[in-house]
Amino acid sequence: MTSSAPRPRFPHRHLLGIEGLSPHDITALLDLADEAVDVSRQVEKKKAVLRGRTQINLFFEASTRTQSSFELAGKRLGADVMNMSVASSSIKKGETLIDTAMTLNAMRPDLIVVRHHAAGAVQLLARKVDCSVINAGDGAHEHPTQALLDALTIRRNKGRIRGLTVAICGDILHSRVARSNLILLNAMGADVRVIGPSTLLPPGIERMGAKVFTDMRKGLAGADIVMMLRLQRERMNGSFVPSVKEYFRYYGLDAEKLSCAKPDALVMHPGPMNRGVEIASDIADGAQSLIREQVEMGVAVRMAVLEALAGHLPNQPNP
Amino acid sequence: MSVSALQPLVLANGVFLDPVTGREEGGDLVAEAGVIRDFGHAVRGSRPDGATVVDCRGMVVAPGLIDMRAFVGEPGAEHRETLASASRAAAAGGVTTVVCMPDTNPPVDDPAVVDFLIRRARDTAVVRMLPAAALTKGLHGTEMAEIRLLTEAGAVFLTDGARSVTNAQVMRRALTYARDFGGLIVHHCEDPYLVGDGVMNEGELASRLGLHGAPREAETIMLERDLRLVRLTGGRYHAAMISCADSLAIIERARSEGLDVTCGVSINSLTLNENDIGPYRTFLKLSPPLRHEDDRLAMVEALADGLVDVIVSDHNPQDVETKRVPFAECADGAIGLETMLAAGLRLVHAGELELATLLRAMSTRPAEILGLPQGRLRKGAPADLIVFDAEEPFVLDPATLHSKSKNTPFDGARLQGVVHHTIVDGAVVHSAG
Repeated sequence: MTSSAPRPRFPHRHLLGIEGLSPHDITALLDLADEAVDVSRQVEKKKAVLRGRTQINLFFEASTRTQSSFELAGKRLGADVMNMSVASSSIKKGETLIDTAMTLNAMRPDLIVVRHHAAGAVQLLARKVDCSVINAGDGAHEHPTQALLDALTIRRNKGRIRGLTVAICGDILHSRVARSNLILLNAMGADVRVIGPSTLLPPGIERMGAKVFTDMRKGLAGADIVMMLRLQRERMNGSFVPSVKEYFRYYGLDAEKLSCAKPDALVMHPGPMNRGVEIASDIADGAQSLIREQVEMGVAVRMAVLEALAGHLPNQPNP
Repeated sequence: MSVSALQPLVLANGVFLDPVTGREEGGDLVAEAGVIRDFGHAVRGSRPDGATVVDCRGMVVAPGLIDMRAFVGEPGAEHRETLASASRAAAAGGVTTVVCMPDTNPPVDDPAVVDFLIRRARDTAVVRMLPAAALTKGLHGTEMAEIRLLTEAGAVFLTDGARSVTNAQVMRRALTYARDFGGLIVHHCEDPYLVGDGVMNEGELASRLGLHGAPREAETIMLERDLRLVRLTGGRYHAAMISCADSLAIIERARSEGLDVTCGVSINSLTLNENDIGPYRTFLKLSPPLRHEDDRLAMVEALADGLVDVIVSDHNPQDVETKRVPFAECADGAIGLETMLAAGLRLVHAGELELATLLRAMSTRPAEILGLPQGRLRKGAPADLIVFDAEEPFVLDPATLHSKSKNTPFDGARLQGVVHHTIVDGAVVHSAG
């Protein structure tokens, strides 16, 4: 897309999930993100789209990369960015989510980026504030910017998304990344598979547009993209899987299992990685890995989302 | 509760519906000293001296509703609901007898608490509020409470309320012991271990919402266990609320073996399904959770067939602090005393259920199970009655509800069926403007 062409307004005030976005919306965000990649690679990384705007990053769950990625994205677009994390906030003092939302709302922010451990919490908060809200992860529900950055990474490396076979592997049950990716990749015409032990597969996942595999080698056969998910340590001690050792044996990505995928298959991971649990170090750092590129694309996608929502922010000079 | 009306009461020109026979009759009804003296054409125009006459033209007169499952916050959580406020909500909803769950603070596991509730209800409530007592001490599910003393003190049945007794030995002994004095054990069948982190029905919808699901097996396994223990012990057993089609098959088999087993269903499970949760509506987070539409339809059918005995409100007042939080973190429960009739009438208006069947499950059957003389429209029966217009439409405004808590799943819903008068013991305790 050339910058001279008039860009249609992004038709949503919030970004609460991939659910509800049309393929057109997704493509528009990815195109915008491609431009943001170029901006981020220049010496002068600043744009003025959000100059004068206030962005609050409200993180109820600890996050390093997502929070810093949103912070950089906001700053590169000229916004004033404030980070609020749970450790220093009044949530610890018993304030409810809604009271926190209303308190922040009274400070007249233009954008709030929220991560919360409960599914639906970001939707709940969005109903109580006047500004645009971006979901940076809500429980096991959605993590839309992660799916968008994954899509951008895939598109830039494979030239397309349609027709690719993408295998999402690991703890699908607890993963918001898996859900958002599943919805996005299906909407964009990819062939999506999920691979994991049945204890880590949500019931009804096959009706969400995924082919289900419990055998990783079979699931990886013919895959163009292998997307690994993090397995939380507390879920490996006999509750969902018996042990780390057993999990790695059957579901950890090593060279041998990766050889079942297409020779030019690419490996992704949303981070943070558990090396030796879901992915072997040599694969994570190997030639087929896109893991570091995903982080770069993360900033670009978040810039694109912020810019797209800028058309809907409160206090517009020309309503 | 009010004492028996001193003056006779005449309900004039109503349509008197007997839920047992389904028979409708015009005419008047005369109540004296708290009992129905006579009704129908035989007493048309009869006006005893000093009688209060209530015009019931165009309205249905039926026995007052009997709700076998309501949570009231007294003692311990009076900010959510008191016996007084719950009784006013009940009266407005046409419920003339309410069984209060023992999940209070302190719990109803001591005869003195039963006595307190009976006296407190007598002094503050406008309908009959009957206490149920704890099956186990502290509702902890480990040691049997003084269930015989509790029953003698006036508890109508024994239950751990919202909790399941996971220990099969405890349940076995309770059923065996209660058999000696004819005690009725009412159980909420939901294995907490199988529910785990589940907050709604397990399935595609929960997966899409990113919420953990509770499988139907949490209910069916517990129910199956209980019915096998009933077969072993010969105790009297009532499953408080079943929520899925699979449970019906289990009940049916037990009945065919001749076991003394009854079951209830909540008005929510009969009139709503999991899709109503929509965008994480916390007022629809319930235990048992709302299931699939197929489950709902199966339960409506089972109700019509008599396999499901009673409909309960599962009235569970929750305040803003426990409900205005993310779905997975909010408390279970919805209020229901005031809306159970109108919600149930949805089934009648949709052609899914006969009016008499609905009323039977909300009055006659609970009375039979509890051994109460209410729930029947006949000479000499207690004059606990409702006068309602089954067709009258309204939009539910939570602000108009009498309950102290407003967590209704029918918030803003279009409903039909307004209770115009509620009569307890021959006295009008509620009249709608």
